[in-house]
Amino acid sequence: MAEKLSVETRQHMLKKMLEIRYCEERIQELFLENVIRGTTHLCIGQEAVSLAMAANVDAKRGDTVTCTYRGHGHALALGMPLKSMMAEMMGKASGCSKGKGGSMHLTDMEVGLIGTFAIVGAGLPVTNGAALTAQIKKTGAVSISIFGDGTPNIGAWHEAVNLAAVWKLPAVFLCENNLYGEYSAYGDTAPVPNVADRASAYNIPGVIVDGQDVEAVHAVIKTAVEYARAGNGPTLIEAKTYRYKGHSRSDPAAYRPAGELEEWLKRDPINLLADKMKADGQLTDDQLASMRKAAEKEVQDVTEWALAEPYPSLESVYEDIWV
Amino acid sequence: MPVITYREAVVRALDEEMAHDENVIFFGEDVGKAGGVFKVTPGLYEKFGGDRVRDTPISENAIIGAGVGAAVTGLRPVVELMFADFAAVTLDQIINQAAKFRYMSGGQLKVPLTIRAAQGAGQGFGSQHSQCVEAWFMHAPGLKVVVPSTPADVVGLLKSSIRDDNPVVFLEHKSLYTEKGEVPDGPDFIIPLGVANVVRKGTDVTIVATQQMVKVSLKAAEELEKQGISCEVIDPRTLVPLDLETIVNSVKKTGRLITVEEALHAGGWGAEVATQVTEHAIWYLEGPVIRVTLGASIIPFSGPLEAFLLPDKDDVIKAVHRAMEP
Ligand SMILES: Cc1ncc(C[n+]2csc(CCOP(=O)(O)OP(=O)(O)O)c2C)c(N)n1
Ligand SMILES: [Mg+2]
Repeated sequence: MAEKLSVETRQHMLKKMLEIRYCEERIQELFLENVIRGTTHLCIGQEAVSLAMAANVDAKRGDTVTCTYRGHGHALALGMPLKSMMAEMMGKASGCSKGKGGSMHLTDMEVGLIGTFAIVGAGLPVTNGAALTAQIKKTGAVSISIFGDGTPNIGAWHEAVNLAAVWKLPAVFLCENNLYGEYSAYGDTAPVPNVADRASAYNIPGVIVDGQDVEAVHAVIKTAVEYARAGNGPTLIEAKTYRYKGHSRSDPAAYRPAGELEEWLKRDPINLLADKMKADGQLTDDQLASMRKAAEKEVQDVTEWALAEPYPSLESVYEDIWV
Repeated sequence: MPVITYREAVVRALDEEMAHDENVIFFGEDVGKAGGVFKVTPGLYEKFGGDRVRDTPISENAIIGAGVGAAVTGLRPVVELMFADFAAVTLDQIINQAAKFRYMSGGQLKVPLTIRAAQGAGQGFGSQHSQCVEAWFMHAPGLKVVVPSTPADVVGLLKSSIRDDNPVVFLEHKSLYTEKGEVPDGPDFIIPLGVANVVRKGTDVTIVATQQMVKVSLKAAEELEKQGISCEVIDPRTLVPLDLETIVNSVKKTGRLITVEEALHAGGWGAEVATQVTEHAIWYLEGPVIRVTLGASIIPFSGPLEAFLLPDKDDVIKAVHRAMEP
């Protein structure tokens, strides 16, 4: 059992997980209503990893994060304002990337988020560069790269992990193993039972953790961050988790065996934390119900606000190409 | 003639070529059991089996590289890159290996590889999933570059690409997948690479356009017709090899040239066509050659911005008027 976090931290994590959950559900609806265009990748079911990661990131110290197109949860957990994210989803001028990025390209350096990369594997090499800055400038900062279970099949993944290992970069490689990469089951595309098994090829620690238990994930990331800051180099963490929805908007996830989702729903990350807090006398059912309501309302209010926001000016299409 | 979609045309061509030649194999990410991320290749896995139709890990370098290796040793692979933008992940295999192998081996090797990918904007996929990338490959001698705009062109040209002994980059436009059109029946229907299609006959202006921009140009031509301006619209269909003759002959007749492309201004295929035409027919030109392009930008996510950036009918009409100015 992982160390218990403070009641304030737990409350914050629960609140944020609820916010992410409702936000993702609302985004899905807005897609179906054609308010949000393109594609989107939801993290429903994986919220604990986002919160555990964010609690170990200190943007003031210079810590940075790279993650994937499945990045709404990470962005919000890090502290990106909900308004800034929702407006970006709709391509509005007040979005974090002025509407030019969209669901797959969220950046907010205020909270340390370099980007949510839409090219599989592209985030890890960039995290190395951020870790290199920290190493050379001796800032004590770390960079965390988050990616999926399909990503270690990309060459760039191996180049990046190898480089971080030989340069002992202050980096953490955090895999969210949600069992599938698009429509392919993890085992159909990788020869090792666990992503973490690949760590031995680079002589770095490889750790497997229950991705639904926010405190457990928090503890292993904390250790990895301290290890990296002490100059020992990167750790590969594999959080076993599950995406409740399909890969993207257009995927009904028909490839999943019957009953699999139901099994995972029994270990929902929000419920797991709420149950712990109830057992420790830190939360009542009524309090939880009102937290849910508050999160839902906040998402709803922000959605209404974002809908009314203006689109970027047409001239802005040619802005921000060069400095 | 049967009417099918652009999407169905892809699987028809693959199906016919796999039946025609057992050396044709097909692989890529989620192309088999799932039938492709764009639902373009359903049924092939079931029909031809897991030996010839394979799902791969997310490994673009390994995919193209395996295509190259299989091609130089006797197979005729078709590989899919899903979004064309992902070609950037594996440019080495495409540009340094596939394109140059024959040359560097003094003609010992041939690389009958077809690389399929979906390119183009219009659907809010954002900057890394929307680009038209044909120009990347026009700069790599050894490759052929195909950009079909109709279901018939997809069938005819994909079959030619697969039968070709050179590496071919076959770029489908993802906004055209739902487009319908007549396609001649039967496995013998084929369109050779390097033959342009004169989509509309005209006498005053030559408009050269590809993929989505063919439709845009045809709409412009209709409107210009009402203004008394007769446009000839040419779809080159393949950029390498380029059917320069058809374009130059048209310009000799009309005296004016507009190129319309969903790509960047600098270094796009329009720049190449414009230059070649001036090299071959400058004394026939009666006005400036004008390129309608995206300008210098990156495809944005935001709907109004993306729509604004893409050339439309009015942009083409404006360009024609400019070219017609005395
Ligand atoms: C280089 C590259 N190849 C393919 C894709 C298409 N693609 C997007 S997400 C994805 C699956 C990734 O799976 P995984 O790493 O497990 O992450 P998850 O989506 O499950 O979070 C694929 C193949 C891409 N974006 N980039
Ligand atoms: Mg996955």
